[in-house]
Amino acid sequence: MGQISLSSVTKTFGDVTVIPPLDLQINDGEFVVFVGPSGCGKSTLLRLIAGLEDISSGQIMIDGKDATDAAPAERRLAMVFQSYALYPHMSVRKNIAFPLKMAKIPQAEQDKKVENAARILNLTNYLDRRPGQLSGGQRQRVAIGRAIVREPAAFLFDEPLSNLDASLRVTMRQEISELHQSLKTTMIYVTHDQVEAMTMADKIVVLNAGNIEQVGSPLELYHHPRNLFVAGFIGSPKMNFVTGAEAARHGCATLGVRPEHLEVTADGPWQGVIGLAEHLGSDTFLKVQVEGVGDLTVRVAGEQGLHHGQTIRLTPPADKLYRFDKGGLAIGGAA
Amino acid sequence: MARKTTPAKTAVVTIAAWTIGFLIFFPILWIIILSFKTEGDAIKSPLQVLTSGWTLHSYAEVQTRSNYALHFWNSVILSLGSTVLALVIAIPAAWAMAFVPGKRTKDLLMWMLSTKMMPAVGVLVPMYLLFRDFGLLDSRIGLVVVLTLINLPIVIWMLYTYFKEIPGEILEAARMDGAGLKSEILYVLTPMAVPGIASTLLLNIILAWNEAFWTLQLTTKNAAPLTQFIASYSSPEGLFYAKLSAASTMAIAPILILGWFSQKQLVRGLTFGAVK
Amino acid sequence: MATEQSRTAARLMVSPAVILLFLWMIVPLGMTIYFSFLRYNLLMPGMESWAGFDNYYYFLAQPAFTSALINTLLLVGGVLLITVVGGIALALLLDQPFKGQGVVRVMVIAPFFVMPTVSALVWKNMFMNPVNGIFAHIAKAIGVQPFDFLSHAPLASIILIVAWSWLPFATLILLTALQSLDREQMEAAEMDGANWINRFVYLVLPHLTRSITVVVLIQTIFLLSVFAEILVTTNGGPGTASTNLPYLVYAQSLLNFDVGGGSAGGIIAVILANIVAFFLMRMIGKNLET
Ligand SMILES: Nc1ncnc2c1ncn2[C@@H]1O[C@H](COP(=O)(O)OP(=O)(O)O)[C@@H](O)[C@H]1O
Ligand SMILES: [Mg+2]
Repeated sequence: MGQISLSSVTKTFGDVTVIPPLDLQINDGEFVVFVGPSGCGKSTLLRLIAGLEDISSGQIMIDGKDATDAAPAERRLAMVFQSYALYPHMSVRKNIAFPLKMAKIPQAEQDKKVENAARILNLTNYLDRRPGQLSGGQRQRVAIGRAIVREPAAFLFDEPLSNLDASLRVTMRQEISELHQSLKTTMIYVTHDQVEAMTMADKIVVLNAGNIEQVGSPLELYHHPRNLFVAGFIGSPKMNFVTGAEAARHGCATLGVRPEHLEVTADGPWQGVIGLAEHLGSDTFLKVQVEGVGDLTVRVAGEQGLHHGQTIRLTPPADKLYRFDKGGLAIGGAA
Repeated sequence: MARKTTPAKTAVVTIAAWTIGFLIFFPILWIIILSFKTEGDAIKSPLQVLTSGWTLHSYAEVQTRSNYALHFWNSVILSLGSTVLALVIAIPAAWAMAFVPGKRTKDLLMWMLSTKMMPAVGVLVPMYLLFRDFGLLDSRIGLVVVLTLINLPIVIWMLYTYFKEIPGEILEAARMDGAGLKSEILYVLTPMAVPGIASTLLLNIILAWNEAFWTLQLTTKNAAPLTQFIASYSSPEGLFYAKLSAASTMAIAPILILGWFSQKQLVRGLTFGAVK
Repeated sequence: MATEQSRTAARLMVSPAVILLFLWMIVPLGMTIYFSFLRYNLLMPGMESWAGFDNYYYFLAQPAFTSALINTLLLVGGVLLITVVGGIALALLLDQPFKGQGVVRVMVIAPFFVMPTVSALVWKNMFMNPVNGIFAHIAKAIGVQPFDFLSHAPLASIILIVAWSWLPFATLILLTALQSLDREQMEAAEMDGANWINRFVYLVLPHLTRSITVVVLIQTIFLLSVFAEILVTTNGGPGTASTNLPYLVYAQSLLNFDVGGGSAGGIIAVILANIVAFFLMRMIGKNLET
């Protein structure tokens, strides 16, 4: 249970169209990530699914039933908000129990479910605190706890990690993934961070200005981006784009090369000067000004003693070049 | 802040502030002092007043002569009753305007506030006649209704500004959690808005307690609150300083104490959310 | 958070307030307008007859009206002037660090909690009374003739009493605003060579504009209908020297039982209040929206 399908769903605010007609199928048990730049309509789409906003036209089906006009509470979906939206006046216990109380579940059963969720999320010692007395990561877990006790058809997450610091973000990312593996419930996860998308998703939906640019597994998107937008959005550091004569030589309008695929060689065809070298220890990122090609980012494994001002030669990977036509569409996938 | 403050400057500021504060407070202090004097001592010159003996006589006198308890009770009922009634009407309205704003919400709020601009005398005659014809003159129930209506715009406005500060996401979370409108307001919104509701309540109680137009026009005896009770001392035969002072002290003490204790909440209430 | 459901609920939830306020505005006001066109005296029930604009004519033509209008404006203007200027000065003073700030603050706020009838009676008897009042005692002590405030300067006396009640309100709001002033901004100005007058004029005053607006708006609403203070001190006298518009309407309708005339006066008061409100709202609109 936890199948969601959207057909020709649109959303307009006044005269502004935020979501043009959109179709999407989400299967039971899938971990789907909506990813895209800020303001592209990810939250809006999630809120349409949640029922917090009315759709302007189209249809939403949940588990085969028409849910287009159903109230949020009737959709059996649970949501974890960006700000966590915990009830500040209730203890952690009461927060987690709130949906159960609303569903008029008997007290004994409520207690059992809350204890259970608290155990899974390592919150047992904090059950009697108020949200204000918890750290960011703990609040996040409470919000998740409140969602899981209901045993919903699907979980909706709206940028749940964006208020956490970098190291906590990594931990929570893993916890959410593990949670998905043990619950096997459908999850829809919104983020603007492609790293989260790549690491967590079964299926990524790349959004741009309300349009779906591409749907696919993380590696599909990495290896076969359908267009320039997806190519530029997925992968870190960003893919290098080369235009002009060099692209024309490869028979395309734009040539894409991922930084990790470029090789520093003694006799490569591209020669350039290192403008900036960022030494991370494990990797070195180079900004190289290549004559006749432009500025390229290069990722070199380990530490190779390269530095600013040095002249190097680069070899583009013949089998890992991405070619795009004038309209930005990929030509025949990765060559 | 690391400001350079010379001891001389601090001394001047301290003396000035204490002097002005004392002068502003003096009238209140004075009636408290006079209320513990005999009638004879109370009209002496200030220095003689201070050196004369103290007595509780006036307080006893006020109660036996003019039934302070009844008027006190009326004030309590009128201010509490009208405040609670106003809150019951205003909370849903403020919820709606704060969380489901429409294009005309701002206009609606402005219109509500503008009803407060209508001077009471504009409707004095019909209100008086309506009250007379419905037998509501000198009744508490009629006055509770009027006090509710005159303070309703302010109550709505204040609650609106408080509700505006509550993140909408929390109410949405409640909705996702299966809370209906009633549960949402009862379990989530209201507890979160308690500080705001409390300061609205306080300010409104004070305004209603001290309201002195309708309470003077529409009551005479049985429903008369303390404002009217004190006004009866304006007639020349009532001019007994000690008794007037005792009565006044008892009339203002409850609100003075309430106000002092709730200063913090009041400051925001008083500014109607416009100054943070 | 706007679905059709929540919008419907919202409409249902504002309607009681809207309906009540609408009725409160329209029913009594409609009756006042109706009465204002009648010859209607409470002492002669059943003798009502159509009067056209006579009531308005007589109300406006009486000399008392002009003086009531002037008195109303003087009262509002005078109290506003005293409380705003005094409030700014007091707020600046209380904003300085000194010993016992809390206590002084409590003393300064106190008059706001005193009901109008009490403050009026206290000032009238204990302070302004020409025989037993404190001012009279002080005058005698320094060998001057005691001054009978309420007989010889009734309006000024009432302005003083009302200003005493409202000064705390102005002070409190302005003080709150002052405390939110950015200290670094002040320090930057000081580094830039601005003396305290410059800092007051260019930084403090602009920062206070919004709160001054709030003070003026709220006080005007209440000051336009000052009544109890006049009733218990001077009864509008001597003559009409301290009669404002509300008191004049009250006297005409409930002391002289002239319902028609009183109603016409009430409508005129409403019109005047609306003119004031119009300007206030424009001023507020400018200052509050941003
Ligand atoms: N209630 C609303 N009224 C008008 N415009 C809105 C509303 N909610 C969102 N938008 C607009 O819709 C677009 C998408 O917003 P959102 O879904 O929040 O983006 P994202 O979550 O991807 O950053 C934005 O341009 C935003 O301004
Ligand atoms: Mg968003």
